[in-house]
Amino acid sequence: MATADKPKYNVIGTRPIRHDGVDKVTGRAMYGADLRLTGMLHAAMVRSPHAHARIKNIDTSKAAALPGVRAVVAAADMPQQGDRHVELGEGAVNMRHLAANVLAQDKVLYRGHPVAAVAADNIHIAEEAARLIEVEYEVLPPVLDVRAAMQADAPILNDDVRTVAAGAPESDQDKPSNIAKHILFEKGSLDEGFAAADVVIEREFDTTMVHQGYIEPHNATVLWNADGKVTVWMSTQGSFTARQQTAELLRLPVSSVKVVPMEIGGGFGGKISVYLPPVAAVLSRKTGRPVKLLMSRTDVFEATGPTPGSHIRLKLGVTKDGKITAADAWVAFEAGAYPGSPVGMACMCVFACYDIPHARVEGFDVCVNKPRTNAYRAPGSTQVAFAIETVIDEACEQLKLDPAEFRLQNASKEGTQRVDGPNFGRIGMVETVEAIKASDHYQSPLPQPSSPEHKTGRGMASGFWFNVGLKSSVTATVNGDGTVSLVEGSTDIGGTRTSIAMQLAETLGIAAEDVHPTVADTEGIGYTDVTGGSRVTFSTGIAAVRAAEELRNKLAARAAALWDVPDDQTKYEDGGVTGPDGKRIAFKELAEKLHMVGGPVIGNGTSGDQTQGGAFGTHCVDVEVDTETGKVQILRYTIAQDAGTAIHPSYVEGQMQGGVVQGIGWALNEEYFYDGEGAMRNATFLDYRMPTCYDVPMIETIIVEVPDPNHPYGVRGVGEVPICPPPAAIANAIHQAVGVRMRHLPMSPPRLLAKMVKA
Amino acid sequence: MHAFEYSAPHSLSDAVSLLSQANGNAKLLAGGTDLIDQMRTGRFRPALVIDVKKLAELNLLEFDSDGLHVGAAVTCYRIYDEPDIANDYTALADACHIIGGVQIQSRASMGGNLCNSGPAADSTPAMIALGGHCVIVGPGETRQVPVEDFCTAPGKNVLERGELLAEILFPPRPANSGSHYRRLIPRNEMDIAVVGVGASVELDEDKQTIKSARVALGAVAPTPLFAKDVSESLAGKSATDETFAAAGEAARQIVSPIDDMRGTADYRKHITGVLVKRVLAAATARARGETINYKAGRD
Repeated sequence: MATADKPKYNVIGTRPIRHDGVDKVTGRAMYGADLRLTGMLHAAMVRSPHAHARIKNIDTSKAAALPGVRAVVAAADMPQQGDRHVELGEGAVNMRHLAANVLAQDKVLYRGHPVAAVAADNIHIAEEAARLIEVEYEVLPPVLDVRAAMQADAPILNDDVRTVAAGAPESDQDKPSNIAKHILFEKGSLDEGFAAADVVIEREFDTTMVHQGYIEPHNATVLWNADGKVTVWMSTQGSFTARQQTAELLRLPVSSVKVVPMEIGGGFGGKISVYLPPVAAVLSRKTGRPVKLLMSRTDVFEATGPTPGSHIRLKLGVTKDGKITAADAWVAFEAGAYPGSPVGMACMCVFACYDIPHARVEGFDVCVNKPRTNAYRAPGSTQVAFAIETVIDEACEQLKLDPAEFRLQNASKEGTQRVDGPNFGRIGMVETVEAIKASDHYQSPLPQPSSPEHKTGRGMASGFWFNVGLKSSVTATVNGDGTVSLVEGSTDIGGTRTSIAMQLAETLGIAAEDVHPTVADTEGIGYTDVTGGSRVTFSTGIAAVRAAEELRNKLAARAAALWDVPDDQTKYEDGGVTGPDGKRIAFKELAEKLHMVGGPVIGNGTSGDQTQGGAFGTHCVDVEVDTETGKVQILRYTIAQDAGTAIHPSYVEGQMQGGVVQGIGWALNEEYFYDGEGAMRNATFLDYRMPTCYDVPMIETIIVEVPDPNHPYGVRGVGEVPICPPPAAIANAIHQAVGVRMRHLPMSPPRLLAKMVKA
Repeated sequence: MHAFEYSAPHSLSDAVSLLSQANGNAKLLAGGTDLIDQMRTGRFRPALVIDVKKLAELNLLEFDSDGLHVGAAVTCYRIYDEPDIANDYTALADACHIIGGVQIQSRASMGGNLCNSGPAADSTPAMIALGGHCVIVGPGETRQVPVEDFCTAPGKNVLERGELLAEILFPPRPANSGSHYRRLIPRNEMDIAVVGVGASVELDEDKQTIKSARVALGAVAPTPLFAKDVSESLAGKSATDETFAAAGEAARQIVSPIDDMRGTADYRKHITGVLVKRVLAAATARARGETINYKAGRD
C-alpha cells in the first residue's frame, strides 16, 4: 500500500540480493566463536548458584594449582569504579552497578551472577578449574516478585539505591529501596474525563520475564597487548558503545580500546550491554595472551538481560458512542538486579496509539533477584500494549462497537499530544488500521474449527514504538572500476549493509550491486551509535545519503576539470555529470578517469541531528483453541505496519514477520520459570519454549508507506513495533473463541485451561 | 567436559566384559543424544564410554515368528521408515517421529530412550502398549523383562552391573488391531511430553467390540506406567466414545504427576484423561483400517 504521490525510485523499493548473503548461507561468515588466535587461552566463569547472597570468601588456590591454568580473576582484580555515573550513549550509567554486574563485588543478586573466571590452555581445563574455585556464601532471602519487592519490609538488593522521582512527588525518606524510580505523567483532568465516560473498565495484568532468544550466545576474545592497547573481538550491536563500556570498566581512555565487531547472530536489544570483555581483558593482561570467553545458552538465560516481567493496572473511560474520555495506568517493571528497566518508555507508549484528552501514567522501576534487564525490541511497549489493547477490546464488546472503527475513531494523528508531552508529526496509525480493514484476512470469514473440541476466534490490536535517530558515520570511496566502497559502523543485524548501500546507490544513480558495504571496527570509521531503536536504515541511511551528496558535488567538479569548464556549469544528475553544450559523462566512465583529474574521491556523511516520527502497526489474528487442553494454534496472522518508505521490502517484511513470531512466543509459552529459591528452571531452549516453524503460519505482511518527513527518502524504522500487538491480538482472539479474558502472559495451555474451567 | 576413556567393541561379549570390568564407572553410548549432554553438564562423569553402535546385535531390525526384533541401538528414522512397523506397530513410528528433530532421529534409539529411563520418554509408552519385552545380556543368563517393568525410578532401571539392553522384542500383531502414541506439548514439535499416552486396541471380528487393549502413560509418575486395570477393563466393551472417555477418567485416578516447568500436577491429571480418550479412539480407528486425522503436535 503506497501513498499516491510516492516518488519514482530506481533502487529503493527493489529487492537485490544482500551483500553478506553468500558468506552467511555458506558458513563463511566469521562469528565471535569462530575466532582462533595464536597462543589463545580459553576462559570459564564461576557463577552464583544463589539468587541472593553475600560473598564471604573466594578461594582460588586449588584452581590456580591445576596444570594448564594460566590466570584466575575475581572482582578484587578489576579496577574500582567508586561512585560515578558515565554517559554511555543511551543515558548515564551507574558504573558501580555495571562493574558489579560484570563480576560480583560483595553480593550476588541473581543466580548465574559471575563471581570469578579462569583462563587455561583449553576450555576443558578452564571448566575443571572453575569447579575447583570455592566460594563461601551467606545466603539471603530472594525477592522474585515485583510487588513483593516494593513492600517496605522487602529484603533490599542494593544499599545504594534510593527512589528517584521523575514527575512524581519526591520521597521524603532517605533510605535504601528496591524502587529505583517513580515516574508520573499527567495530561488533562482524570476526574473530568472519567465523569464524561459511559463505561469505565479497570483491569490488572501480569507479564512474565522473557528473553530475546538470539541464536548466538555472547562471546568475546580479548588481547591486552604489551603496548597497553586492548583489542576486543566480539558480537555486539554497537562496537562504539562496547568500546566505551569496556574502557570505562577497565578505566582506560577509549582510544586504548579497539572493538572489532564480528558477525552477529541476533541481538534484539540484548547485545548492547557488555558482560565478557572486561573479564577477558584482565585475564589477558595477566597472561599476556589472547583470551576467549564464551557463554553457554544457560549463561545467556540466567545472566544476560531479558525484558522485565510486569504488573499493570489500567483503567479506561469510554462514551457509549466509542470515544475514549480518560485513561489511567499504573505500571511496575522488574528491573532485575540493578535499576534500569524500560518502564519510562512503557509509560510513554501505553496510550500513544490514541488521542486521549485526560490521562495519567504512573511507573515504577523495581529491583528483584533476577538478571539485570535490558532492551528487547520496543522495550516496555509490548507489556503495556497487552493491557491497553485488551481493555479496548473489552470496551468494544460491552458497547457493541467494531474494534477497527473504534481504533479509527480514537487514533492518534498528526498533532495529537502524547501523555508525556510531545505532539506527533505525520504518522500512520490510521493507515495501518485501514490496511487491516481492507485486507483479505479481515474480509474473509473466520475458519471453521477442526473438531467439536476446538473453537476459533479472531482478534486485532495495534502498537506504537518511537524509533530513534542518534549518530552515525559513513565513508564512501569511488573505485576506478566504477563502483563505490562504503564503510559504516553499524553492525548488521537485519540486512542493513544492503539497505544503507541502496540509499547511497539511489542518491548516486548507480546499481545497489555496485556498492560494496563493509562494517568497520572502531578505528575504521567515525563514531556510530548502536544498532538499536530501529535507527540504522534511518540514521546511517541519512549519513550514506550525505556521503553520496558529497560524492556528487566532488564528481561534478572533477567533470568540470575534465572538460575544462567552470565548476558551476556542471551538474550531477541521473547517475552522471552533465555540462555545457550537451556534455555528459556517466558515473562509471568518470570513475575510470579520476586518476587523471585529481586522484581519489571520498565522500563522508554523518548524522545525529534528526529524530524519527514514530512507527505504528495493526495486527489481525485467527486462533483455534483446544477446549479440552487449553492449547492455542495460530491459524492465520496479518500485520499492517507503517514503514515510511520501504527501502528493501523483503527485509521490511522479514522484520515484521520476525517481530510477530517473537510476539507469539511471548503471548503463548515463553517465560522465565523460577522456583522459590530464585533458580530459573527452564534455562534451555528445550524448556524455554520459543515458537518453532511448526507453531506459526506464514505471516502475511502489508507494508503501509506514510513517509517520515525527517528522512530524505521517508524511511521509518521497522524493527521493533511488530512485537508490540501480538499478545493483545491473540488474547482478543482467544476471547472471541472461548469467551475468557486472559490477563496473564504467557497464555500457556495450563493457564488458559484453568481460566476456561473457572468460567 | 572431563577426560575419559572411549572404547568401541565389535562383539557383544567384548562389550559385556568391558562393562563388567568397569565397576559401574562406565556409560554406554548409542546415539548419545542424552549421554553427551549429561556429560557436558557434569551430571555423569564416567571413566569409560563404551560405544555400542558397532555391535551387530544392537543394530538388528527384523521380523520372524517371534514378532519384531528392534536392536537397542536402532535409530528412530530406521524404525519409522520401515513400512511394516508403520503399518502394524504404528505407535512406535508415531513416537519415533516426534523424538527431537530429523538430526536427533538420525542418532537417537528407542533402546537409549528406554535405558535413560526418563519418566517422559516418548517411545516407552508406545513400547509398553505393544507388549514389548527387553532382552538383557550380561555376564550371566540372558533374561527378558517386560518394558513396563524395566524402569524403576527417574533415571534408574533393572539393569544390573555388567548388563546391557540388547533388543526389544514385540509379539506378532493380532488381526483387527491398531495402535497410537501421542503427547501433549505446549509447542507443536521439539519438546518434552507434558503427558504422553500409548495404546493398542484389538477388536473383535465385528470391529465394534474391544477384544483386548493396552494403555500406557508417560510423564505422570516416576516411571512410565502400564495402566493395567484400565486396559483389562476395556476388554469386552463397545468401542465407543463413551467407553474411551470412561477409560480416560479411570486413567486419571492412577497417575501421580509432579508440578514442574512443563506443567502442573492438576493439569497433567486432566490431560491424562483427554489423551487416553483421544489415543484409544485413534488406535481403534486404525484397528478398523481407517486413517486418522492426526498431525504430530496437534493434540
